[in-house]
Amino acid sequence: MARLTVNTVDHDVASSPDTPLLWVLRDELGLTGTKYACGKALCGACTVFVDGSPVRACVTPLAAVGRRPVTTIEGADSRVAEAVRRAWIELEVAQCGYCQSGQVMSAIALLEGNPNPDAAAVDRAMDGNLCRCATYARIRRAVRRAAELLA
Amino acid sequence: MNVFLVDRRDFLRLGLAAGTGLVLGVRLAGAADDAAPAAVTPDVFVRIGEDDTVTVIVKHIEFGQGTFTGLPTVVAEELDCDWSRVRAVGAPADPARYANLNWGGAQGTGGSSSMNNAYTQMRRAGATARAMLVAAAARAWQVRPGEITVHRGVLRHAASGREARFGEFAAAARAEAVPKNVALKDPADFVYIGHDLPRLDIPAKSDGSAVYTQDFRLPGMLTALVAHPRRFGAGVARVDDAAARAVDGVVEVLTLPSGVAVVARDFWTARKGREALAVEWDETKACRRSSDDILDQYRTLAAQPGLVARADGDAAGALAAAATTLDADYEFPYLAHAAMEPMNAVARFENGALEMWYGVQGQSLDLGNLSRALDIAPERITLNMLYAGGSFGRRSHFASDYAVEAARIAQALPGRAVKLVWTREDDLRAGAYRPLNLHRVRGGLDTAGNVLAWHHRIVGQSIRAGLPKPPPADQVDHTCVEGASNFTYAIPHVRVESHQPTLDIPVLWWRSVGHTHTAFAVETFLDELAHAAGRDPLALRRELLTDDPRRRAVLDLAAEKAGWGEALPAGRGRGLAVHHSFKTWVAEVAEVTVADDGSFQVDRVVVAVDCGVAINPSIVRAQMQGGVGYALSALLGEAVTLVDGVAQQDNFDTYPLLRCSQMPEVEVHIVPSREHPSGVGEPAVPPLAPAVGNAIFAATGKRLRRLPFTTAA
Repeated sequence: MARLTVNTVDHDVASSPDTPLLWVLRDELGLTGTKYACGKALCGACTVFVDGSPVRACVTPLAAVGRRPVTTIEGADSRVAEAVRRAWIELEVAQCGYCQSGQVMSAIALLEGNPNPDAAAVDRAMDGNLCRCATYARIRRAVRRAAELLA
Repeated sequence: MNVFLVDRRDFLRLGLAAGTGLVLGVRLAGAADDAAPAAVTPDVFVRIGEDDTVTVIVKHIEFGQGTFTGLPTVVAEELDCDWSRVRAVGAPADPARYANLNWGGAQGTGGSSSMNNAYTQMRRAGATARAMLVAAAARAWQVRPGEITVHRGVLRHAASGREARFGEFAAAARAEAVPKNVALKDPADFVYIGHDLPRLDIPAKSDGSAVYTQDFRLPGMLTALVAHPRRFGAGVARVDDAAARAVDGVVEVLTLPSGVAVVARDFWTARKGREALAVEWDETKACRRSSDDILDQYRTLAAQPGLVARADGDAAGALAAAATTLDADYEFPYLAHAAMEPMNAVARFENGALEMWYGVQGQSLDLGNLSRALDIAPERITLNMLYAGGSFGRRSHFASDYAVEAARIAQALPGRAVKLVWTREDDLRAGAYRPLNLHRVRGGLDTAGNVLAWHHRIVGQSIRAGLPKPPPADQVDHTCVEGASNFTYAIPHVRVESHQPTLDIPVLWWRSVGHTHTAFAVETFLDELAHAAGRDPLALRRELLTDDPRRRAVLDLAAEKAGWGEALPAGRGRGLAVHHSFKTWVAEVAEVTVADDGSFQVDRVVVAVDCGVAINPSIVRAQMQGGVGYALSALLGEAVTLVDGVAQQDNFDTYPLLRCSQMPEVEVHIVPSREHPSGVGEPAVPPLAPAVGNAIFAATGKRLRRLPFTTAA
């Protein structure tokens, strides 16, 4: 049994230490907002925060997380997170929606570090998150909108 | 939880229960009613609760294109309900009630047909429900129905000052007769259609709570992964599963026709078990082809006459007499759908009946395939629709490959719910690709530069040959030639031929199907002819579109908004293309910047679309933007390459998808229209690649004829 803190709640988890955090969250803790899409840190759909920094949960073994706190889309409730979610809804970013948890998490990470990113900074920060529906135009606008809401 | 499913049995039970979850119309059970046309049976599509909730049962899957908002919008319009009380649920698999009206009796989603086939049906469903509510109120108030007005879910009788919410009459309305004919609104009175109503699925898709198949859980559910052969047509010769079974948490190992399944308590355990398998594959019937060889064979075929798809005038004679002739080959690779959610399905087999939960797109196909695979009657199969994380055609598979795989595993473990998960690698290697294609086109101009003749041969596998009832092999599969066999440019001599070789590589429809390649060949070659004739590409198209006003109108609109003809700095170029697909016209003007090293970027795309009535313009714009991005992704780097039968791409490092920084500015202009609505999911895809290729030519003078464009130089 390992101790894992997710969204400020402590859990005793039975998954083996080599299990990627993604599958601990999804299969053991039932937190399915974090998505599986590539399993190799190529698409960003599984983005979560570990100790406040974005990581790809699909390639992060449980053992590497240790006692550092994990935040998933379900627990992201900072002022920035609220603004991002509001902007995502206002601009109707999602189409199929499968990648959007990861997109939202990357947008939150960007705005936590840079409250007023320019277009190039937005592209750079969001480039690791694939969207097969190509909702990128609205993603860009939603990030800018969230920045406005935070200003 | 946001699980969108209606179990038909629950639905019937709710409908017959007094007091709660009332369904409009009582005639749910019984043979007579089963035979009634679904179009006028409101309870099949609309349910009104005593709490005023309006539940619209949507017969088409929601995988991003907006059906779960669009179809409810049409119902709400005629029902005059309060949009804030509307919710959408997916219909069960039940072709008798939920057939796609463009497809005879089959149920399924595809060909951008959801709104096109269901528009009038949904209007009638809403209007019928409204009429029954009005009738119930009129009876209770002892007034004439015509004196009752309805606004945003409230029934009102002005003269007596009485009013009531829908919910108050939901039960009474059930006892009213279903009217045979109902009046539909004058489009001038629309309050919801044509407005940007908020998408119903957006909040749950913005906070991680939307439930896809990957997220769906049942008590005691197991997870299955399947070891698949690397070559199509291979089977299992021998399995040593001792090590897999020794993995703690592995419950079962099963040999299936499609591979070896490892069933375990969760994904990671199943994956460990799969890695521990030792499988010897029987490759005696395996595909050993390579993409390069296929292309060589196609070049040979392109030199020979094929099946005739179109013969206007005498193309060969006119070409022989032409002052100038022009030749071009265009080449297209196999492409994968690569939906973000890899294929998956949840299944449970119990007491001889199968129940499944997944992103079911082709209900009739799946019912047939599942029934045959499990040897049970279709009536013993219940399919519940969940959101799909994309599909682009993949989830409507001829053999229902992943659904059958899940069902076979469930059948072997009766009573246990099993979730089959394909990894990204399984998904990309499983085939069902957009076919590799070669186009060979020859055109002829007269001395004045007029286009006289067009001779076009297309070589590529038939998609429809994979259907359970395939068309005869000696007939042209229209999906091989659509877009070329029916272009409307007024060219006197046109011949289009098709070679449809049979290969052991599974192919499938991929967002916009045959138009994915025909539009590129037609719109690029027309551009080549325009330049050869010294004509402006827009002017030549306009001149040739003498009898296709809607195509010309989108072309003109896109050109005007894009500033066609205005000068651009060196290194930049502008190109256009226009195409008709799935009853919708789309023109696109692309602007590109090409660097000295040949690298290029698409800066801006201006889209003009005529899709008839735009039910929700925001969704139309989103689909145009998404279609542009999807097509650009293929243009920039997508290709599945076979070498000795093995796909060389199996994840996003080798099969790159478009990224944020590569997305151009996309400007969408919608032609105002009162015509019957047509599709928007696919039609933005076909014009993009030729528009970009034509823009690169305008910037560099270099013509790109092979996709993907890895570089402009």
